[in-house]
Amino acid sequence: MGVLAYVAKRFGLYLAVLFIGLTITFMLPRFMPINPVDGYIGQIQSRANGTLTPEAIAEMRVNLEVLYGLKGDIFTQYLSYLKRVVIDFDFGPSFTYYPTEVSTMIVTALPWTLGLLLTATVIAWLLGNMVGLVAGYFHKHKAASILEFVGILLYPIPYYILAVSVLLILAYIFPIFPLSPTFPVGEMTWAKVGMIIYNSLLPAITLVLAGFGWNILSMKALAVATTEEPYVTYARLKGASNWTRMTRYVFRNALLPQVTALALSLGMIFNGALLTEIIFSYPGIGLIMRTAATGGDYNVLYGAITLSILAVATAGLVIDLIYPLLDPRIRTK
Amino acid sequence: MSFDTNNADPVALVVAPPVSVKPGRKKGGLLWLLNARLAIGLIILLVMGLGSFILPFFAPADPSIQATYMRNLPMSGVHWLGTNSLGQDIFWFLVFAIKNSLMLGILVAVGVTIVATIVGLSAGYIGGMFERIVMLFVDTFITIPLLPILIILGALIRGNTSFFTVGLIIIIFGWAWDARTVRAMALSLREREFINMARFSGANTVDILAKEIFPYVSAYILVGFINTVLFAINTEATLAVIGLSKVEVPTLGSIIFWALSYNALFTGQYPWIVAPIVATVTLFLGLFLTSTGFNQAFAAKRGVS
Repeated sequence: MGVLAYVAKRFGLYLAVLFIGLTITFMLPRFMPINPVDGYIGQIQSRANGTLTPEAIAEMRVNLEVLYGLKGDIFTQYLSYLKRVVIDFDFGPSFTYYPTEVSTMIVTALPWTLGLLLTATVIAWLLGNMVGLVAGYFHKHKAASILEFVGILLYPIPYYILAVSVLLILAYIFPIFPLSPTFPVGEMTWAKVGMIIYNSLLPAITLVLAGFGWNILSMKALAVATTEEPYVTYARLKGASNWTRMTRYVFRNALLPQVTALALSLGMIFNGALLTEIIFSYPGIGLIMRTAATGGDYNVLYGAITLSILAVATAGLVIDLIYPLLDPRIRTK
Repeated sequence: MSFDTNNADPVALVVAPPVSVKPGRKKGGLLWLLNARLAIGLIILLVMGLGSFILPFFAPADPSIQATYMRNLPMSGVHWLGTNSLGQDIFWFLVFAIKNSLMLGILVAVGVTIVATIVGLSAGYIGGMFERIVMLFVDTFITIPLLPILIILGALIRGNTSFFTVGLIIIIFGWAWDARTVRAMALSLREREFINMARFSGANTVDILAKEIFPYVSAYILVGFINTVLFAINTEATLAVIGLSKVEVPTLGSIIFWALSYNALFTGQYPWIVAPIVATVTLFLGLFLTSTGFNQAFAAKRGVS
């Protein structure tokens, strides 16, 4: 099979997944019982102390429906939605923070989410894989089972429990970190950057702990299996040192599934990131979504979900495309 | 290849591909470890399960009703873990929470297992265009991040529906991982030596399904089932913690939701926040140990070793 055919096939799947994802995203909020236009009109009405005439309200309703793409039957809405999202990446203005554009809100929040998420995921992956490799390579030693035990203990703990425990231990019992962190916005100075990093440590620690346990367990299982392979035995007979065998022979081969896992866990941590941001009031996409969900803010929800689907699907695509580079066996097939 | 564990999240897929089976190959010494895992897990589950299902019959009052007792009482003989800021007994609230969470988890796991088995097996055995279309949907459902969707739906259904609608929604968005695993299993089974062996020995399809495939598959389904219970409890609790589930119903998540929204951390009400943490960690550890313990025990029994 040619490389081109492989890439084309994978890309086709990517587009199909995106299309179905976008369609489901479009349909979901339409079933919400909260009618955002009614809510918005109610807000303006109460601000004007009920002095608006019915004609003015009717006119406002028409204007709002046009503005938010709620005009016409659901099929027309769907077509114009696809056109706006796919071609312009435009989600319209937010209801709650009118006239701020949703894309502006997302662009402001995205660096926060990405900064926290990428750093924490990569650290958790590296640390977990190192510990897992050692635990797997030396799995006949008693000490190795202690390392694995850390993984067993950490992995099944739900994310919110980790977050609350970390908060309890590191902010309350040992007040190293602030209980309610603040994240200054606006112009960046060095003092502010320091403060942001300091305040981000708590959510970051939670994210690292959450990803850590799983990486240990999976890397350990892979390393144990690889250690039993004949070529590792051969390397030992050849006189290769423990270190060389562990890194060059076992690690290199056990790494492959872990790279796929990294992409998948990026998707899962996108879930985790939302929760972190809500629990630690960290100003990223998660916090925006939470506010949008309670306020019935369609456009913001669309934007945030579309973005997360896009991110997860793209991560999968990229990993699948660079996989042949990492695994020479696939290339030669 | 087949995955040894199926799970509602990608995480366990790699935790236990057949690789984890290999330790059993070496000596009988490790077999003791496997059994220990399973035993500890089962004991935890048995104690927590029986406790949370039997104790509620002796509850002095429904713990979800507010202002039954004085607020913020310390730990005492009458209120083992004290009372919270809503005038509820923390111990009884916790017992009901474990019961409700377990019930939800089991119901969701039943639903997910049924849907995933039907979808996965049919895709794996029918194959062709049907398989491709089904797998496209499965891949899409896996790609759509669960929590954002649940946040929307949580906002949508909150307050005006029952606790079990939450479970239904988790089923709708949680079956895809399991379906994928079941399909992988079906594909690999088609090619297995022992299936061919049985066929060549003259066994008919029903015989093969009942005597060869089912014993093999049932182990996976059991492990997958436990993992789905874990996943469901976790998902509902996550929703509850951010206040988007039915928070009036005691669950492992809603208890933390109330503790956080009444600032139990600031007011120093340790039992309110520590008790559910300890309970959740113990329960999840029990479920996890049971699932991996089963996994290894089955692997050893199958004669992979």
